[in-house]
Amino acid sequence: MPDLNPFAVKLIVAMLILLGLASVIGMVLAKTIQSESGKKTVANLNARTRAWWVMAIIFGLSLCGGLGGVTVLFGLISFLALREVLTLTPTRRGDHHTLFWAFFVAVPLQFVLVYREWYGLFVAMIPVYGFLVLAIRSAIAGDVTMYLERAAKIYWGVMICVYCLSHAPALLFLKIPGYESHRWALLAYLVIVVQMSDVLQYVWGKTLGKHKVIPKLSPSKTWEGLVGGVVSASLIGVMLTPLTPFNYWQSGVMSLVICVMGFFGGLVASAIKRDAGVKDYGQLIEGHGGMMDRVDSLAFAAPVFFHLVRYYFAIGPV
Amino acid sequence: MVATLIRLLTGVQARWVGDGAQTLQTDGVRRVFFANHTSNLDGAVIWAALPRAIRDQTRPVAAQDYWNAGAIRRYLAKRVFNCVLIERKKVTRSSNPILVMQQAIDAGESLIIFPEGGRTKDETAEMGVFKPGLYHLAKKDPTVQLIPVYLENLNRILPKGEFILIPLLATARFGNAVELLADDTKESFLHRARKAVIDLKHSGDCHA
Repeated sequence: MPDLNPFAVKLIVAMLILLGLASVIGMVLAKTIQSESGKKTVANLNARTRAWWVMAIIFGLSLCGGLGGVTVLFGLISFLALREVLTLTPTRRGDHHTLFWAFFVAVPLQFVLVYREWYGLFVAMIPVYGFLVLAIRSAIAGDVTMYLERAAKIYWGVMICVYCLSHAPALLFLKIPGYESHRWALLAYLVIVVQMSDVLQYVWGKTLGKHKVIPKLSPSKTWEGLVGGVVSASLIGVMLTPLTPFNYWQSGVMSLVICVMGFFGGLVASAIKRDAGVKDYGQLIEGHGGMMDRVDSLAFAAPVFFHLVRYYFAIGPV
Repeated sequence: MVATLIRLLTGVQARWVGDGAQTLQTDGVRRVFFANHTSNLDGAVIWAALPRAIRDQTRPVAAQDYWNAGAIRRYLAKRVFNCVLIERKKVTRSSNPILVMQQAIDAGESLIIFPEGGRTKDETAEMGVFKPGLYHLAKKDPTVQLIPVYLENLNRILPKGEFILIPLLATARFGNAVELLADDTKESFLHRARKAVIDLKHSGDCHA
């Protein structure tokens, strides 16, 4: 069990109030809004809120399980995200065994390394050994058609879905002086800030959004949504400072970095989906799309946040 | 439970292109689902993707020579998926595949068939030419609905000759029923049926 300090209790209460509020607002909107397109938006909003309840509860329970709990949860998330990304990747018959290595070796091994708190191999396994082994396996299969594209795309999927995402649970093995008893809170901080940033960008964009950031890429990403979402989510980050080893301005900077990286994660994910000609990665989470649609921002924010914390706050060797 | 397991493994999503979903709601209709064939999982995946009520009365049709060889295959074909096994090689009067399939339809069951008669070998290859069985079934009993199905990604999940399953996401697209017209020849009907499956391939994700 994590150390439930008074702030954590307050946080849980705040999350319950927030989700409850979202549910109530959704119910009121469903009753009042009449237009066809408005109804669709509200139905999607309510589906999203319901999914948020489920996701928040699962995440909360995994935090209670400590390093083991979050490792299992993020291992599963990685697996599901990788599945969606590689489904969109046009691999060939010759990649069959390479995909086996990606799904059944890279994913479990990376999360075992997280659990064993083996930092050295954790940062090197996929970028070094994964990179080489995946390319070797496809070459052994002997199919040269689009070889480099296929090898690059599989590697890219493993990097984003497995390597990058694994930095989120890895936050728990950072050793920070005076902070040992509630390391879990750093992960909660990251996840809450990055997801609130997504939600608030969506809310600001839907209400005020006019000027598209990159019209070719995503019709739903507007400057109003971006600035409003990033600023308000960063403020939430500042409010969550008691969870962290940071002071208030450090927390503000960290949140800003998390939000901006999260935004770019969404942007890159949009580019990939556009290229593949799909709107969402899947239909796993009602209202949200696939798993990758939900964690694209986290995948970009987690490694940067991890290394910033490690560099400035943690003590080595880890 | 088997259906849930297959859905988990292959993440199969059933997509109803056109008005397929509505016509499937009606009870008592017997159907022949016909699909492209690239993997041993194909029959099981279509079966698992069907709504429960329809799944319970639907049986995949499979080749006797392949699925009756070896204890594991036989167990899967007979016990798990309740396949209708047909003879591909030494067709005699008593083992005529059309008769065997017709008997199942007469008994009120729906079938899943792969009119190419075998799995497409090469991933880049076009879908094979349809064998005439579908035409004979249509002619014998015009009340049977013939539903085209396009299976996507199964050749990547479990290609021919592999036994390791890769957990990519499969899609089964169901189209509108193909009808045998009065002036149809065998060739024109089979051509149209094959095209109905190919058209589903290009129906894209946006229509889902």
